[in-house]
Amino acid sequence: MGEVVLSAHRESRELVKAIESASRTKTSLCYQCGKCSAGCPVGFAMDYTPRQIIRLLQLGLIKEALQAKSIWICATCDTCSTRCPRGVDIASIMDALRREALKQGKVVKEVSAFNQAFLNSVKRYGRNHEASLVLEYNARIMNPFKNAEQGPMMMAKGKLKILPEFIKGKGEVSRIFEKVKAMGGDHE
Amino acid sequence: MRLAYYPGCSLDATAIEYGMSTQKMAKLLDIDLWEIPDWSCCGASSAHQTDHLLAISLPARNLAIAEREGLDVLAPCAACYNRMRATEYEVRASAKTRSQVEEALGIPYEAAQSTISVLELLAERYGLDNLATRVTNPLKGMTPACYYGCLLVRPVAVTGFDDPEDPQSMDRIMKTLGASPVDWAFKTECCGAGLGVTQTDICLEMTYQILRNAKEMGADSIVTACPVCHLNLDMRQKAIEKKYQTEFNLPVFYVTELVAIACGAEPPTVGTNRHFVEANTIFRQLPAKAKAMEEAAAQAGKKGKGAAKAKAAKPAAAESEKPATDEDAGLILAQKVYDDESKAAQLAEILTQEPARAAKLAEILEQDKGKALKVADALLAKKAKEKSAGEEGNKA
Repeated sequence: MGEVVLSAHRESRELVKAIESASRTKTSLCYQCGKCSAGCPVGFAMDYTPRQIIRLLQLGLIKEALQAKSIWICATCDTCSTRCPRGVDIASIMDALRREALKQGKVVKEVSAFNQAFLNSVKRYGRNHEASLVLEYNARIMNPFKNAEQGPMMMAKGKLKILPEFIKGKGEVSRIFEKVKAMGGDHE
Repeated sequence: MRLAYYPGCSLDATAIEYGMSTQKMAKLLDIDLWEIPDWSCCGASSAHQTDHLLAISLPARNLAIAEREGLDVLAPCAACYNRMRATEYEVRASAKTRSQVEEALGIPYEAAQSTISVLELLAERYGLDNLATRVTNPLKGMTPACYYGCLLVRPVAVTGFDDPEDPQSMDRIMKTLGASPVDWAFKTECCGAGLGVTQTDICLEMTYQILRNAKEMGADSIVTACPVCHLNLDMRQKAIEKKYQTEFNLPVFYVTELVAIACGAEPPTVGTNRHFVEANTIFRQLPAKAKAMEEAAAQAGKKGKGAAKAKAAKPAAAESEKPATDEDAGLILAQKVYDDESKAAQLAEILTQEPARAAKLAEILEQDKGKALKVADALLAKKAKEKSAGEEGNKA
């Protein structure tokens, strides 16, 4: 058995509070029944189940929670929050943990690369353009052939445009990105 | 009926047949769709995993344009629908959030209009009786599995038009079209589409379980209202069959494709040729299937107390005993729990909004009245707390 942590540092407690207020919920409500984890469709792939993530936060072990693979495996399907008998919004906590991990640079490369590639496409063109998204994503994870087999399949069905469409208001959209950033946003 | 129309990026590309069939359906049903001029991306899951304000400001740009026009918005894509509803919910709940969004956009936006899904459009606004009069080619013999996925029914506070565990709207639409949707367990189970690009293996496992259950329960197809689910179930079906050494051969339809086809459109004109799993043959096989189903039902009927007949008769009887509306049902149940009128009224309001809770409470009440009383007390307390928290949020 590893080290047992009995009390968390004050900074950790404060960070947990920040996570709770960002997700408008309280981890202390949880009585660890495990209903969230029984119904979680991705529980099988997680290192900590949703119940365990909540337990980590109850104990103030925020560092462990932020490093858990689970927060990047969560598919945000909201089954846990819907079923929780104590009304804990677990899915929103997962979201808040992802944003905090992003802020601290503790990220799963694939997921944050995808999100950044997606948002860059939106910022640039006003809409998402799948082909540029996949190219940028592949460049970011340094795997030029990831998902490459699907490109021609989609193109054959007329589902993939080679060139992006620019909307007229793309300036407006990129201004929203700039403005949100100026107001304290977290994106690149 | 006139609605603002937000196609979203998918309906222009990977889900092009969803866009084609939505427009075709609207034409056939005389619904006037006004495409939001110069619409932009809603930011989808990438935005809300990255930045909260960005995640509600990107949808708000489009919603503000529709608001100026005084129109509610039809968002067929379940992901766009979910993000737009979340935006409306947050802007309505907090004056602070509203002013932040308006600052980010540089234009006014107060969430005066509402975004609806195709299911709400058909089952509530347009109405199933109305839809029934438009059906010219009923889908008799078709046994689809209605797959709602997660984004259309959850979070309940944000979407809230159907049951989050056992929704019925799509099933009712399919019955109106003449089909016989199957009962199955994975209606609202997540397909993992959000993990499709980044963590493909997990996503394949999740989608495999959905396809397997649909097949086991006798479905001949799957119906969905979500482009990401469709991509997973249709485009990845071959890869899943290969990985798990099995064969599904389940065509995956958008609900709009089937509505348009039942109302007279030829399948290829709504985009069935663009599917990865072949999706035209099934329509040619329907007459034979319908005949076989009728014969089987007649056989069961001849046996007098045949199982099929008993099964068919039971729900009909239960239906007739049901109170006329959800509000009545909520109030009757609440009055059984509380003698106090004001408490009963408060409870009835909650139960009407949350049919799942109402069903649960009715179940508990049958077994143990004392326990039901405690559950109801807890429910009222929770609502009161949420209300005061909401007001505090507004002040902050």
